[in-house]
Amino acid sequence: MTQIATGAESYAAQFAAFAQSTPLPSGLASLRDDAFNCFDRLGFPTTRLEEWRFSNVAPIADTPFVTSVTTPSYGQGALDALYLPELDGPRLVFVNGLFIPALSTTDGLPSGVRARSLAEVLASDPETVQPHLGRLARIENHAFTALNTAFLRDGAVIEVAEGVVVDAPIHLVFVTTGGDGPVLSQPRALVLAAANSQVRVVESHAGEGDTPYLNNTLTEVVVGDGAVVDHYAVVREADTAFRIGGLFALLGRASNFSSHAITLSGAIVRHEAGVVLNGEGGVCTLNGLYLGNGRQLVDNQTTIDHAQPHCDSHELYKGILDGRSRAVFNGKIIVRLDAQKTDAKQSNKALLLSEGAQVTTKPQLEIFADDVKCTHGATVGQLDEEALFYLRSRALSEAQARQLLIHAFAADLLGHIKVAAVRHQIDTLLTERLPVGAGGAEHR
Amino acid sequence: MLEIRDLHAAAGDRQILNGINLTVNAGEVHAIMGPNGSGKSTLAGVLAGRDGLEVTAGTVTFKGQDLLDLEPEERAREGLFLAFQYPVEIPGVNNAYLLKAGLNEVRKHRGEPELDAMDFMTLIRERMKLLEMDDTLLSRPVNEGFSGGEKKRNEIFQMAVLEPTLAILDETDSGLDIDALKTVAGGVNALRDPARSMVVVTHYQRLLNYIVPDFVHVLSGGRIVKSGGKELALELEEKGYGWIETEPAAASA
Repeated sequence: MTQIATGAESYAAQFAAFAQSTPLPSGLASLRDDAFNCFDRLGFPTTRLEEWRFSNVAPIADTPFVTSVTTPSYGQGALDALYLPELDGPRLVFVNGLFIPALSTTDGLPSGVRARSLAEVLASDPETVQPHLGRLARIENHAFTALNTAFLRDGAVIEVAEGVVVDAPIHLVFVTTGGDGPVLSQPRALVLAAANSQVRVVESHAGEGDTPYLNNTLTEVVVGDGAVVDHYAVVREADTAFRIGGLFALLGRASNFSSHAITLSGAIVRHEAGVVLNGEGGVCTLNGLYLGNGRQLVDNQTTIDHAQPHCDSHELYKGILDGRSRAVFNGKIIVRLDAQKTDAKQSNKALLLSEGAQVTTKPQLEIFADDVKCTHGATVGQLDEEALFYLRSRALSEAQARQLLIHAFAADLLGHIKVAAVRHQIDTLLTERLPVGAGGAEHR
Repeated sequence: MLEIRDLHAAAGDRQILNGINLTVNAGEVHAIMGPNGSGKSTLAGVLAGRDGLEVTAGTVTFKGQDLLDLEPEERAREGLFLAFQYPVEIPGVNNAYLLKAGLNEVRKHRGEPELDAMDFMTLIRERMKLLEMDDTLLSRPVNEGFSGGEKKRNEIFQMAVLEPTLAILDETDSGLDIDALKTVAGGVNALRDPARSMVVVTHYQRLLNYIVPDFVHVLSGGRIVKSGGKELALELEEKGYGWIETEPAAASA
C-alpha cells in the first residue's frame, strides 16, 4: 500500500481510473487511449535520446506525481500574488489544471471572440476542438505530449472569428499549488484565430509551495490566413517545481505569429516551440528570455518549419545564468524544397555570471531550397569589464553597475514586446529576479 | 589636491610607470604630453582605478586621502573624474539614466539631497548648452552609435553634470576635427574654476591652444622627464619628442 511505483509504470493505474471517471466523445477517447499507449511505450526520456542529451529529467521520472481530481479551494487573495496584476482584462484561471470560474472573467471581450474552458467545450460542442487537439502536438514521439494528451480534461479554448480584432490581451493563468503530495497539472490551450483576426494571448505559469510539482502543458495555435497572433508565456514556477511546455503553431498565408517565452524560475523548465509556416508570406517571431540561478536547468527547443515560399522567421533567445545553473538552446530551422525566398534569422545570446553556469547551444539548419537567406549566431559571454569600469567611474557601485548591465542585456529583448502592460509587467518581474553574479554580492 | 609620489605601475609583467612625481594644486591645469607608449593613459587609468593595472610602488594622495585605497566609484564620489580616451558604448543603458544615477550617488556622498526628475532635467538642459549637445543624445543608450565627436562631447558633458574637483582628460582631442575640438575645449574652459583642477593628457600640442595649461609635463619611459610652462608645449610642437627621448631614462616601456 505504501510502496509507490515511479517512472512511467506508476501512471497506468492513474490512467485507468481517470479514463473511467472522465468520459470523452469517442474520437477523443481513442486519442486519449493512443496517447497513453504512446507514453507507456516511450517512457520518460533519458539523456540517451538526442533531443534530451543535455536535459536530464530523471528527477521528474523519479517523482510519483498525481493528477489532482478535485479543484483545490483557491481564493482571490492567493491568486493576487501569482498572476500578473497589470493585466486586469479578460482572464481564465486554472488551478492544478482545472478551470476556476469564480476567479475568471470574460468581460470586455468583443463579440466574435469566445474564451471558454476546454472542459466546457468538451461537454457542449466537442466538434469545435476535435479536429485540432493533437493535430500539431504529436503524441507519437514525445512522452510529455503523450502524457498530457492521455490526461486530456481541461484547459483554455480561445476562438476568434474572421476579421475580429481583440484589443485586450487574454490572460491564461495556470497556477499549481502543492497538496499533500507532488501534483501533476496538465492543462492545454487551444487558440483558433480565423482569417484576418487579431488576438494576443498571455499565458502565465506560476506555482507555490515546497513540494515539487509538474506543470506539463500544451498550447496549440492555428493562425488563419492574414491573422495576427501574439503569444506570451511567462514562467514563474516554484523553485522546486518542474515544467515542460509545448507550443505549436500552424501559420496560414500572410499571417503573423509571435511568441515570447520568458522563463524566470523553476527547477527544470523546458519550453518547446514548433511553428510551421504553412502558407506563402507568413511571418514568425520566436523570442525567449531565460534566467537561471542555483542548480536550475532551463531548456529551450525551437523548430521553425518553412514549408512555403516567401516566409520570414526571426528568432532571438537571451539567457542570463548565475550559480550552477545550466541552459540548453536548440534551434532547428527547416527550409523545405518549395520554400524559396525564405528569410530566417536565429540568434542565441547567453550571459554567464558565474564560473559554474553553463550553456549548451546548438543551431540546426536543414535547408533543401536553394534561393534562401538563413543566418544563425550564438554568443556566450561575461559582463563587459570595460563597461563595468566606465559605470563605476561615473560613481555607480559595482552592484549597481552590474545590475544595470544585466538589465540592459535583457532589455533589448523586452523592447520587442508590443503590449506595453505585458512589457512593463515582465520588466518588473525580471528586475525582481535578476541575478547579479558573485562579484556583486561582495560589495555592499 | 593631488600628490603623486614615486608612482610605479605595471600591466601584467610589463612595467609602465617608473617613478612619477606630480603635485596638482586646486585650480591648476596640468598638461601631460608624451609620445605613444610613454605611459600617459596608464597614469590616467591608475588614477581612476582601472582594473588590471598594478601599483608596484609609490603613493597617490587626493584631498588628503590615500587614493589608491579607494574603489573607482569612491574616487568618483570624492570628485575625481576621468574623461575616457575611448568612451565605452553601453547598449541598453540610457544616457540620462546613467547621469542621474551617478549624480545622485555623488550628491548622497556629499550629504546633499538627491535630485528628482524635474530638477535633474533643469540641470542637464543648462549643462547641455555648454557643449552644444543635441537633446536626442540624452535618450539614447550611452555612447551607442555616437560619432567620435559626440562621444568626446558626451564625456565633457558628464563632467559638467558631475562637477568633479579633479578632472583627468585622457586624449580628449584624439579623433576630433577642429570644430569639435573647439566645442569640447569651450566646454572644458567653462568648467575651469579656482576649486577645480585638471590633468589634460594629450599627444598633440593643438588642444593646448584652446585649453591653456598652467604647467606642461613631458612623460617618457614612464617618468616625467621635463616640466615647464605652456611654452614647453610649443617647443615640443616644433622639435617633436625626439630631443627628449634621447635624454637618459631609467626604463623603457
